[in-house]
Amino acid sequence: MSSEAHTSAEYIRHHLQNLTYGQLPDGTWGVAHSVEEAKAMGFWALNLDTFIMSLLLGAVFMWMFRGAAKRAEIGIPSGLQNFCEWAIEFIDTSVRGSFSGRNAMIGPLALTIFFWVFAMNLMDLLPIDYIPLLMSALGVPYFKVVPSTDPNATFGMAIGVFVLVLYYSIKIKGVGGFLGELTLQPFGKFGMPVNLLLEGVNLIAKPISLALRLFGNMYAGEMIFILIALMGGAWAGFSLGGVTLYGSQILLSLGWAIFHILIVTLQAFIFMTLTIVYLDMAHQEHH
Amino acid sequence: MNINATLLAQTIMFALFVWFCMKFVWTPIMAALEQRKKLIADGLADADRAKHDLELASKRSAEILREAKEKAGEIISNSEKRAGEIVEEAKVQAKAEGDRIVAGAKAEIDQEVFRAKEQLRTQVSAIALAGAAKILGREIDAKAHNDLLDKLVAEI
Repeated sequence: MSSEAHTSAEYIRHHLQNLTYGQLPDGTWGVAHSVEEAKAMGFWALNLDTFIMSLLLGAVFMWMFRGAAKRAEIGIPSGLQNFCEWAIEFIDTSVRGSFSGRNAMIGPLALTIFFWVFAMNLMDLLPIDYIPLLMSALGVPYFKVVPSTDPNATFGMAIGVFVLVLYYSIKIKGVGGFLGELTLQPFGKFGMPVNLLLEGVNLIAKPISLALRLFGNMYAGEMIFILIALMGGAWAGFSLGGVTLYGSQILLSLGWAIFHILIVTLQAFIFMTLTIVYLDMAHQEHH
Repeated sequence: MNINATLLAQTIMFALFVWFCMKFVWTPIMAALEQRKKLIADGLADADRAKHDLELASKRSAEILREAKEKAGEIISNSEKRAGEIVEEAKVQAKAEGDRIVAGAKAEIDQEVFRAKEQLRTQVSAIALAGAAKILGREIDAKAHNDLLDKLVAEI
């Protein structure tokens, strides 16, 4: 009983560990082979699985849209071009709906965010054991397939958005205007420390909420997939309980996967919309 | 799930993707969309104009047709009037001609009658003279009784 509990815990830990490349305890550089090793690597380590998957998915997205863009013509669109045009019009409508300023970068930014996040989330729908098993057969100890369950990926994007928010806040309002916005409201100049505290939290909350929302949703979703998969792992011969567990694993993972199609799209959309809204706020002057 | 340098790599990747998308994806597709929108709008405007032109043309043709009909009616009525006039004229002329012929014939007849009368008169006077000569049994001196005879002739 305790050994089974141990293997379940091992299974979960294995699935939640990234393939981390960094400095090993003995001073050489390489891939961590245990959770403790990965933890010990500190900041200067790279999650290879997150990096490779997100690069690959981003490249696929760019390649697909670039293909459509190269063949873009004003005649009757078909197939891929039609899809890409539809997607771009959809994004453009969203941008026009919530972004009041004029900025040529917002559209492409929103498009990239939506499809990149969408593609990364979509990896969640792959059967969770396939790629890790394939990788361990190739001698790779860990492989997390869904980049958006790695906070590095979500925070990476959120920081990118945050930098843009800061950049445009300062560009539109000037350094003084931006600092004024941070310190002179809502309580006027005599409440400056309080204002700074409130507005600072407000500002910092933007990237953190962006990143944690996506990460939390995807991480929790992945966790549930793992737990559902564990039910089938409890298979112990043709007993009534075993067969029931196995059958309910199939049903549950199907149900959760179908539900997850919604989550995957919704999270990508939310990330995109919030980015647009934050940048819109950065473009607006408050007086 | 440690925070590590992946964070930086992801941020850089994100920036590059956005740049690529902006440069090579968004702009050309948006341009194509705009152009197509314009093309369609132009096509629709052309169709509208053509429809309008057609309407105008049909209105114009109807007008021309109406005018032509009017003109034709006018011509017909004119010609009818003219024909009536011609007939009327002809009638008048014919009547005049007839009258003239009749008058000529009458004059001729009168002349004939006159001549016949004259002849008859002379013949009657000769007969009367011959009769009188027979009655008297002798030759009447024509010379001596000429005025008598003339009186007689005039009486007949």
